[in-house]
Amino acid sequence: MKALEEFMQKVKPPKDGKFPLPYWIWDGTYTFLFTPGHTTEKGVHVRDGIDLKRTMFTVIIALIPALLFGIWNTGHQHFAAFGEDPAFIEKFIYGSQLVLPLVIVSYAAGLGIEFVFTALKGHPIQEGFLVSGLLIPLCMPVDVPLWMVAVATIFAVVIGKEVFGGTGMNILNVALTARAFLFFAYPTKMSGDEVWVNTASAEGVSTVDGFTGATALGDLATTVGSPVGSNAEVVGEFAASGAYSMFNAFMGWIPGSVGETSALACLIGAAYLIYTGVGSWKIMLSFFLGGIAMGGIFNAFAVNDFMALNPLHQTLIGGFMFGMVFMATDPVSAAQTETGKWIYGFLGGFFAIMIRVFNPAYPEGVMLAILFMNVMAPMIDHYVVEGNIKKRMKRIKPAAA
Amino acid sequence: MSKVLKVTKGLDIKLKGEAEKVSKDVQPEVYAIKPTDFHGIFPKLIHKEGAEVKAGMPIIYDKYNEHAKIASPVSGEIIEVVRGEKRKMLEVKILADKEIKHEKFSPKSGSREEVINSLSEAGLWPCLIERPFGLIANPEVTPKSIHISAFNSGPLEADVEYVLHGREKDFQKGVEVLALLPSGKVHLHTHKTRNTSDLFKNISGVEKHVFSGPHPSGLPGTQINMTDPINKGEHVWTVKPQHVAMIGKLYNEGIYDASTIIAVAGSQIKKPHYFKTYMGASLKQLVEGNLNGKEEKTRFISGNVLTGDKVKKTGFLGFYHDTVTAIPEGDEPQFLGWLAPNLEKFSLSRTFFSWAMPEKKYDLNTNNNGEERAFVVTGQYEQVFPMDIMPQQLIKSMIVDDIEKMEQLGVYEVLPEDFALCEYVCTSKQPLQNIVRNSLDGAKQELG
Repeated sequence: MKALEEFMQKVKPPKDGKFPLPYWIWDGTYTFLFTPGHTTEKGVHVRDGIDLKRTMFTVIIALIPALLFGIWNTGHQHFAAFGEDPAFIEKFIYGSQLVLPLVIVSYAAGLGIEFVFTALKGHPIQEGFLVSGLLIPLCMPVDVPLWMVAVATIFAVVIGKEVFGGTGMNILNVALTARAFLFFAYPTKMSGDEVWVNTASAEGVSTVDGFTGATALGDLATTVGSPVGSNAEVVGEFAASGAYSMFNAFMGWIPGSVGETSALACLIGAAYLIYTGVGSWKIMLSFFLGGIAMGGIFNAFAVNDFMALNPLHQTLIGGFMFGMVFMATDPVSAAQTETGKWIYGFLGGFFAIMIRVFNPAYPEGVMLAILFMNVMAPMIDHYVVEGNIKKRMKRIKPAAA
Repeated sequence: MSKVLKVTKGLDIKLKGEAEKVSKDVQPEVYAIKPTDFHGIFPKLIHKEGAEVKAGMPIIYDKYNEHAKIASPVSGEIIEVVRGEKRKMLEVKILADKEIKHEKFSPKSGSREEVINSLSEAGLWPCLIERPFGLIANPEVTPKSIHISAFNSGPLEADVEYVLHGREKDFQKGVEVLALLPSGKVHLHTHKTRNTSDLFKNISGVEKHVFSGPHPSGLPGTQINMTDPINKGEHVWTVKPQHVAMIGKLYNEGIYDASTIIAVAGSQIKKPHYFKTYMGASLKQLVEGNLNGKEEKTRFISGNVLTGDKVKKTGFLGFYHDTVTAIPEGDEPQFLGWLAPNLEKFSLSRTFFSWAMPEKKYDLNTNNNGEERAFVVTGQYEQVFPMDIMPQQLIKSMIVDDIEKMEQLGVYEVLPEDFALCEYVCTSKQPLQNIVRNSLDGAKQELG
């Protein structure tokens, strides 16, 4: 590695000058390849081994099960639409051809714009986008056009993050900002019946006439407005033998955004995040409990089939698990106080189910709920901090009295 | 007395090279007083270069606090006053006599004023540190209490009971004298498992507290927060146990006795053990011939690895330090360091494997292990910060200079050392102790 180190030092571009961009790209690459030999100067003489690169990489590892499952499921859903069932590897290869371009475009657009801002501001590139870059494709429908992914990514990085000051300063979760942008700017490509399952044949024409690739949530939304029991066909899909049975939803072989369908894959990621301590178990647990609570309340007062759905089943469909594990736990946009995390998570899960059921126009309540809670997080923290302050102020009183 | 105060949040960083409890007499030729050890003083020389001094004769004083006189630890000749940028006084070096001659004092303890004057005259006033802000105590202030931490909990730090072995009488006298200073009591804090001997058991006239748990249970900041928290407008003084014994000795025998036992520890030391020497001793004789690896690849620290000062091999022991630590410098870049398993690195997080080896001792170097970043991870400081204070919020209020918020969040109770563990675990490699020091200085100016 000495040779590589020497080579990197040799090609180091000048830092100052009219075009600092090459330097910062070099810097980003160098610090990626080598943890620099910087030593502690003031304060502590030894430092914990962890840095932001390792933290972010831990999240990427946690996302790998969801990514791999998403790739397979994309192929699986495609062939299922044609009524075919080829070998595992064929589905996987087909899925890769659709999913990997999304990943590549997201990283290319995001890192490109990050480097530009890095050069403008003259600070080293920060690692936040490493995770956002993978979350963005995983929360998109597979058929979303690549240019839209690029536009959404750039929008999210610039408006969602850089205008606030970059990594660590953003108010909203970057990946969800990208998704919300597409959701409201190009709703036809982000919801409905057509986008979740790739039905293109080799010639690129959609050949499966009359096939509806709606998601579980899309189907459930159609039951709103009619009394319980009047949509036996839809409800049947959620029974033990139906397409969206609890088992199928847990395993994830149902249509949906690329990485969100498998609760199992998300929970494997969750286990890894909790084990390493990188993801907050408090947020995940309270988010889940919030969802169950809202689902339970709906269940008790059900006026339509959507509300009558088993609360546990509610948490298994849609992006609930994915949002709970990977989106709500983003430490920058979540509540930062330990008590605040409980409140933040619980309300996030609570609102996620509420929005999806009460507002069928937005079946993906999880995205909106988390974005809403991102905005509310500073307020939650404010009250938690005030509580600590009040406790301290109380200490003075007995002395003064 | 029976109640044990549990410190649950904290971290013991287990390092290689713990000092063996064998002490050797070493009398280096050169000693020094470092005005930089005393934060916030404006040092003025009392004796010029070339002057002959006795042990206990004040050599410098603070222009703004005339009680803060700092005495020579040994008798000898002032050979050099080392100055840095803008003629800032860095070191006053003293060439020691073969036989130490002590200045004779006749200290009085009739009243608070007499104690203050006696301590000041004998150069012992700087032993008293005032909180808030961590400066040498202001004699015009009457603190509500004085706190003595009778154990060290930091990595590789000297064992206080070993260091003070056989000095019960001096220690007892010391606390009796100190008891005249505050309006309230003198508190003595011991640790359930770290304090094993009877040394502090028979000390009377103090309020005793027993702690358990990892570092920072031994820091006065933690102990005060849990027993006697500082509110706005209140003052608390802290004294190191070694200094209490020195105060006692002054009253028992009328001399300023700077002899002390220190630990020389760390993985770069071949045979880590204790030395009996004098305060302000030159490190050179303590580490010479006892080093692993090259000198230029070694970080010498006066104090422990979390809060100590970086010194040269020819540097000197700090006034408040009882430990010298030598660890390897980590100035080599590491290929894909963020990805490697790094079994030799120690981490609070489980992204490394150190959690699985709780008994393993580490040979940590000074590498930063990454670059400075914005705050991203949350909930990390809280795991190692036992005070009833929100560390991250307090740090943020410090960064934006919001004095009112700082006040509300408990700035009066903290010193930089209290944030050392937070700084160690920080993923974003933020210089927390520096942030705290700067904003304490700012707050001191603003709030007085």
